[in-house]
Amino acid sequence: MSKLTPVLSANWDQKDSFTFEAYKRNGGYTAIAKALSMKPDEVIQTVKDSGLRGRGGAGFPTGNKWGFIPQGDNKEHYFVVNADESEPGTCKDTPLLMANPHVLIEGIIIGSYAIRANHAFIYIRGEITHVVRRVQQAIEDAYKAGLLGKNILGKGFDLDLVLHVGAGAYICGEETALLDSLEGFRGQPRLRPPFPAIAGLYAKPTVVNNVESVASVPAIINNGVAWFTAMGTEKSKGFTLYSLSGHVNNPGQFEAPLGITLRELLEISGGIRTGHKLKFWTPGGSSTPIFTDAHLDVPLDYEGVSAAGSMLGTKALQIFDETTCIVRAVLRWTEFYKHESCGKCTPCREGTWWLVQVLKDLEAGRGSEADLDKLLDLCDNIMGRSFCALADGAASPIISSLKYFRQEYLDHLAAGKCPFDPMTATLFESAGVK
Amino acid sequence: MAYTVEQVSIMDSIINRYPRKRSAIMPLLHFVQSIDGYVTNEGIELIGQKLELATAEVTAVSTFYTQYKSKPVGDYHVGICTNTLCAVMGGDAIFESIKEHLDIENDGVTNDGKVSVEHIECNAACDYAPVVMVNWEFYDNQTVQSTKDLVDAARAGNPPAPTRGPNKLRTWKENSAVLAGISDGLANEGVQAGEPTLLGLKKAKGGA
Ligand SMILES: Cc1cc2nc3c(=O)[nH]c(=O)nc-3n(C[C@H](O)[C@H](O)[C@H](O)COP(=O)(O)O)c2cc1C
Ligand code: SF4
Ligand code: FES
Repeated sequence: MSKLTPVLSANWDQKDSFTFEAYKRNGGYTAIAKALSMKPDEVIQTVKDSGLRGRGGAGFPTGNKWGFIPQGDNKEHYFVVNADESEPGTCKDTPLLMANPHVLIEGIIIGSYAIRANHAFIYIRGEITHVVRRVQQAIEDAYKAGLLGKNILGKGFDLDLVLHVGAGAYICGEETALLDSLEGFRGQPRLRPPFPAIAGLYAKPTVVNNVESVASVPAIINNGVAWFTAMGTEKSKGFTLYSLSGHVNNPGQFEAPLGITLRELLEISGGIRTGHKLKFWTPGGSSTPIFTDAHLDVPLDYEGVSAAGSMLGTKALQIFDETTCIVRAVLRWTEFYKHESCGKCTPCREGTWWLVQVLKDLEAGRGSEADLDKLLDLCDNIMGRSFCALADGAASPIISSLKYFRQEYLDHLAAGKCPFDPMTATLFESAGVK
Repeated sequence: MAYTVEQVSIMDSIINRYPRKRSAIMPLLHFVQSIDGYVTNEGIELIGQKLELATAEVTAVSTFYTQYKSKPVGDYHVGICTNTLCAVMGGDAIFESIKEHLDIENDGVTNDGKVSVEHIECNAACDYAPVVMVNWEFYDNQTVQSTKDLVDAARAGNPPAPTRGPNKLRTWKENSAVLAGISDGLANEGVQAGEPTLLGLKKAKGGA
């Protein structure tokens, strides 16, 4: 019955899955032998042909990104992994690194070889100590096994890999802010162009890829392009991790071909919280416009989700049932963006502050219908006028919630307060414990 | 507090990880927190000397990131996720009740210096909501009662083990050293995954 395709998650149920021994036992570190006996350009071509697209949110083709790195330029190149995972709702890279950090390391070796980088970094968020331990240990074990360092597998390829631990700033997930942070500055986005492929870390050609994108590469090298492209849809090839959370009976990680629908995922997982019904959801984190129960059959691939007015993003499916107040949800996300705005540009810094003020009043049932237009006006002035995509993300929940739930905002005004009881939305209510 | 010769040599080894030394500023700040518990003026000065930066530049970086603290936190620093998903599922109720239970505000520390509390943003564990972190270790699927028990036990000096973490919860300072990249040898402790992480795999294998 199941449409699921566990590849990255295939061995997560083995108790020692995170160790070097377990990874080897399960066939790990065989793709590097294959990749290192190919020419670097052949590796890039293979990844291009697979159609693998970035899993960090934007969906940019990974092989093309690697192909942008200038060759024969006599400069150092850098391969940087984005393990900052902080987009609200997103919770896939963390369990992957907890259960199998070696698959990322194998992907890094292959990617670095392909773009001719001898230095790689993993920028990991600093708020999960045990994942830092697991990745650090995996790096040490890979060095001991001769898979990192000098003359890897006797093929004359050298690679050093450094784990860099962040310190709590969502904006450092944005790739140019990440690079500034890694260089030792405040993590604020850079003006582009130049793009990182030309002037990235230390102004040298740099690839920045998401954890899941890089971790998908060893399986592609091992099993081939045809195997990968047989999964997924026309322009969204392969498998990916969908993260289901919120008001569902069984939340969790589901690895499936791109293009599966929320209806199918709910059927597999056990449905919406019993006795309740779906109200709204995010297809790919809080920065992607929300969907409603009208979108249960939207194919969850890059094209399908954008045709329906949102973005696949990080495939973070946060599910909310009818007990959830949309205004409260949107206010909380907006407070997040205000807090995380790096302050570099005025529309975002000031705009997110104003959005919070207006939404706070609306949630408390204060204000007038004109405030709804004020919200849209503010969003208009923030979106597309700010320096980076954080600001667009901030506008997404507001604009989309007004599109689908305008009446609920008005209900707050009519009641002079929030008409919802937040306790009914908690799990404690349904589980009968306080 | 003056730093020992050994501590200073660890700082040098941190700097040596990077092609350019300024890149070491973040692990050095984590390292200072592992010694002093927070980012002290002494720590800032030493980092400035080591990296040949003005103290104002080090401070500018330090204050940008929420994990660097400008005043002491507890031995057990509790972060309660109140981003939308956790908040709705119970995080707001947990946060309110814990502040009341400990009689402190957000960013407050108990009088005995044992426990501090802050509300945090999404910690990449929404499938385990509501999520509480202590010293940045996972305490998954919390309730108001379980979190009260957790902070009480932490105050008494014997907190339960994290749900996905080492067998024993380490202190704030000890974990800060791990964030500075200094191994404590505990990577192999604890589970590889919790139930939600494994659910898709189980279903794919035909499990109920
Ligand atoms: C505000 C903001 C936060 C982001 N956070 C992350 C993140 O935590 N992890 C990630 O991989 N990409 C994140 N991104 C996307 C990155 O900028 C970049 O597109 C991505 O790392 C590229 O990798 P990919 O091509 O493999 O997807 C973020 C983007 C923005 C604008
Ligand atoms: S849009 Fe916001 S986060 Fe992005 S650079 Fe401007 S202020 Fe910083
Ligand atoms: S919202 Fe709390 S962990 Fe994601």
